[in-house]
Amino acid sequence: MSQWSFVTAAYAVALIATACLLLWAWSSMRKAEAAADELKRRR
Amino acid sequence: MHRFANPARFLKIARPATAWLLLFGLALTAIALFGGLALTPPDYLQGETVRIMYVHVPAAWLGMAGWAGIAAAAVAQLVWRHPLAAVAGRALAPAGATFAAICLMTGSIWGRPTWGTWWEWDGRLTSMLILFFLYLGYIALAEAEKERGGEGRLAALFGLVGAINLPIIHYSVLWWRTLHQGQSLSLEGSSIEFSILWPLLVSALGFTCLFGAAVLMRMRAELAQAKVEARMRRAAAE
Repeated sequence: MSQWSFVTAAYAVALIATACLLLWAWSSMRKAEAAADELKRRR
Repeated sequence: MHRFANPARFLKIARPATAWLLLFGLALTAIALFGGLALTPPDYLQGETVRIMYVHVPAAWLGMAGWAGIAAAAVAQLVWRHPLAAVAGRALAPAGATFAAICLMTGSIWGRPTWGTWWEWDGRLTSMLILFFLYLGYIALAEAEKERGGEGRLAALFGLVGAINLPIIHYSVLWWRTLHQGQSLSLEGSSIEFSILWPLLVSALGFTCLFGAAVLMRMRAELAQAKVEARMRRAAAE
C-alpha cells in the first residue's frame, strides 16, 4: 500500500469521527432546546 | 468561575460562543489540513505518513485535555458545589472519548507503515487506551447517577482518581523507552522544522475550537433537558 493510503485513512477517521460528534451534540442540543421552548410556550 | 455559576448567565455567553467556536474551528481545521496535505514537505525519514501528525497529535492533546477538564469540574463540584460542574463533566466526557478514540485509531494507522505493526503494548499506547476505557466508565457512571437523581459525586470522584493516568501518559515516553517516539514539542521549544510545524499548531487550535463547541452544545442540551424535567415534575405535582 502507498503511504498516501494511510494518510487518507487517518484523515477520514479523524474527520468522520469529529463530524459525528458535532452532529450528535448539535442535534441533541436542538431537540432539548426545542422541547424547553415548546413547554415554555404552552404555559 | 463563580460568576458563571448561574445557568442563565452561562447560557447568555454560551449561545454566541457556540457559533463562533464552530465557525473558527471549521475554518482553522480546513486551513491546517489543507496546509498539512498540500503545502508542507514530506519528512526525510517517514515520508508522506508524517502528515498523519496533523490529526493524531491534536486528538491526543484533546483526549488528555478532556480528562483534565473533567478533573477540574470534579474539584469545582466537590469543593465549591458549583451547579454547572457536573453538567460540564458530563459534557466533556463524550468529546474527550471521541478524541481519545481518534488518537488511538490514527496512531494505529500511522504505526503500520512506520513501525510495521498496527498495535504494540507500548507504555504510551497502553496508557492512552486506558484513558479511553476510563472515559467509557465515566460516561456510564455519570449517566447511571443522573438517572437515579444523584448529584454526580461518584462520577466526580472517579474523574479525580482517573486524572492519575494523565501524568502517566505524559511521561510514559520517558519512563518506558519502547516504540513510541519521545516528546518533540513542548512549551520550551520544538525539534520540528517550522515548515512542518505550523499546520500542527493551526490544527490544534482548530480542533480545540470544535471540541469547545461540542462541549458547549452538550452543556446547553443538558441544561434544557433539566429545565424540561423540572417543569414536568412541577406540572405533575400541581
